[in-house]
Amino acid sequence: MGAALEIRNLHVTVEDQPILKGVNLIVRQGEIHALMGPNGSGKSTLSNTIMGHPAYEVTAGQIIFDGVDILEMEPDERSRRGLFMAFQYPVAIPGVTVANFLRNALNARRRMTNPEDKGIPIPAFRKLMIEKMDMLRMDHEFAGRYLNDGFSGGEKKRAEILQMAVLEPQIAIMDETDSGLDIDALRVVSEGVTTLYGPNLGVLVITHYQRILNYIKPQFVHIMMDGQIVESGGPELALHLEEQGYDWLREKQNGSGK
Amino acid sequence: MGDAEQLQGIREAYDEQYGFRDPDTYVFKARKGLDAEIVGQISEMKGEPEWMRTQRLKALEIYQSKPVPTWGPDLSGFSEDDIYFFVKPAEKEARSWDDVPEDIKRTFDRLGIPEAEQKFLAGAGAQYDSEMVYHQVRKELEAQGVIFKSIEVGLREHEDLFRQYFGTVIPAYDNKYAALNTAVWSGGSFIYIPPGVRIEMPLQAYFRLNTASIGQFERTMIIVDEGAFLHYVEGCTAPTYSTDSLHSGVIEIVVKRGARSRYTTIQNWSDNVYNLVTQRALVHGDASHEWVDANLGSKITMKYPSVYLLEPGAHGEILSIAFAGRNQIQDAGGKVIHIAPNTTSQIISKSICKDGGRSSYRGLLKVYPDAAHAKSTVVCDALLLDDHSESDTYPYIEIENPSVTVGHEATVSKIGDDQLFYLMSRGLGEDEANAMVVNGFLEPLTKELPMEYSIEMNRLIQLQMAGSIG
Ligand SMILES: Nc1ncnc2c1ncn2[C@@H]1O[C@H](COP(=O)(O)OP(=O)(O)OP(=O)(O)O)[C@@H](O)[C@H]1O
Ligand SMILES: [Mg+2]
Repeated sequence: MGAALEIRNLHVTVEDQPILKGVNLIVRQGEIHALMGPNGSGKSTLSNTIMGHPAYEVTAGQIIFDGVDILEMEPDERSRRGLFMAFQYPVAIPGVTVANFLRNALNARRRMTNPEDKGIPIPAFRKLMIEKMDMLRMDHEFAGRYLNDGFSGGEKKRAEILQMAVLEPQIAIMDETDSGLDIDALRVVSEGVTTLYGPNLGVLVITHYQRILNYIKPQFVHIMMDGQIVESGGPELALHLEEQGYDWLREKQNGSGK
Repeated sequence: MGDAEQLQGIREAYDEQYGFRDPDTYVFKARKGLDAEIVGQISEMKGEPEWMRTQRLKALEIYQSKPVPTWGPDLSGFSEDDIYFFVKPAEKEARSWDDVPEDIKRTFDRLGIPEAEQKFLAGAGAQYDSEMVYHQVRKELEAQGVIFKSIEVGLREHEDLFRQYFGTVIPAYDNKYAALNTAVWSGGSFIYIPPGVRIEMPLQAYFRLNTASIGQFERTMIIVDEGAFLHYVEGCTAPTYSTDSLHSGVIEIVVKRGARSRYTTIQNWSDNVYNLVTQRALVHGDASHEWVDANLGSKITMKYPSVYLLEPGAHGEILSIAFAGRNQIQDAGGKVIHIAPNTTSQIISKSICKDGGRSSYRGLLKVYPDAAHAKSTVVCDALLLDDHSESDTYPYIEIENPSVTVGHEATVSKIGDDQLFYLMSRGLGEDEANAMVVNGFLEPLTKELPMEYSIEMNRLIQLQMAGSIG
């Protein structure tokens, strides 16, 4: 059986403010999950916490990946073990080219399995980059640009998926990868993700809209409100949301809460 | 990691690669301290003409009469009485590595100098403590009239040329440490490139300290004749000692009409070295000079390479990189003096501070009344790696002609948690992520370097970053 990411009763505070209030979720390799929910409900907080951002403090609960509790691990170790997050707001690193960055990231992974590893040979790396950039219909000169520096919104999102394609994670979280992409780009990027998808990749797609889910078809849909997953279901749940919005859920919550 | 452990980490990494020391094998070591007798001894051991000896002694008086400068970093901890001003490493300067004493050769092997010479240099010089132990230039360049020798051999074999220029670019009275160097100079290069000769590969000199408590006073003179081209590179390292050492060089450069020269320093001193250097280039019509000045390590560095734009069309550039780690002060920058019309210049300074290190950009841009339509831009960017490091800028600008165009920008930034998190979330360790941000910050300058040196720079940055925890 493949690796799983298990979130158990996760409570997270940011600057002493409770944001996540008991999240439970399991994403296995080979599965696609969608996570939806109103602005500010805690979706990015969840993904940042999974990757180990230092600003997010876990006050209770566990995050288990591939059978190991990863809460004490630094972000780099989580990444090397096979977790990946496509950022909602990717960060610019001026002066560092996409290619140089990715080669180093790839080599860091290789060194984890073999400390003696000398790194991927340049020609092999170049071939890999070209293959993945072609898949995402990216201009090859992209590899020589400085990472996210002056990228358009859509270019940033595409570059995130390029990184995912090169690093080949076991579980990938895509935090609003669809926002900022034009209609054609959304299709290209989604098709890219679909190509990567298989028994060795589990995906958690965070989104506000059904559109991306028409391409990347989830088996599971979850809805987060106020720091908890309040509803889970199949693909029909996303369609229902698209028509109805969140009010019915809020009412349901209030009803059950009192 | 505790502070002591961190420091240990940095030390170990430097010690391993550069901070190692050889047994003392000098052939002569003057007693500690400085006076007329020591100066006379240096001059005599070099078998110099009387005029040189007289200039040295005069310079000693100037040195002794000038106060220690107080406008910059605090130099009061330095004591000249504790310094050996002259340590002669070998009887003879060699023209072949086989003739360099075994211990010394092993050091330069370890630093990769003979290998670099084979691969990508047009000529190489190697100084060990007070004198050059090796100097050689490719035969075909020699045949074209290129002179690349140690400064002592320059004086011996080309006395007229030497005397014509010595002390004309940087006179002894220029500043206290220029006076000191003029009094006790020893080692350095003497370079003449004949008109129209373009040397595509760099000439390189490497300066190595070995003895504890030593003063090294390299003196370099470079004349690039009309239409010629030269790239000269200087590298420096030293063992780590608990006592202070001093490196105080003077570099004089004359770039004649239509010529182009570039002088690159990659200094990587251990953190017990005071580094007080004066370097200046005089640039004639339609000629250009560039200083690429990378200052890593040392206890205190004070270094402001300068360019005098003497005739119309002259161009000057200063690219300064400073990296201040724990217990280090980098007071670096540059000076550009526009004397003639239609002269152009650019200063780009990038400084990085970590673990409480301090860096200052200190620069002067001066435009004289005759320098109509001069153009200059000054950019200084600082990157702080933590909250307890500091960076300042002192940009002095004096403009005496109204038709001048000047641009000035300064930024200070900090490596953000978000940048680190982003890089680490892709599997890079914290040190590696930090080093990547730093290398990216320096990229606009390092990409100007020949590939071998930009690789070297990246490696040195990596080394500086090792063991740092934010
Ligand atoms: N680093 C932070 N510093 C301060 N507050 C934060 C931080 N990260 C999240 N928050 C707060 O936590 C709450 C949840 O934010 P989060 O970004 O997780 O929401 P989201 O569900 O991803 O929203 P959106 O759909 O708008 O992306 C918000 O109130 C937000 O302001
Ligand atoms: Mg979000």
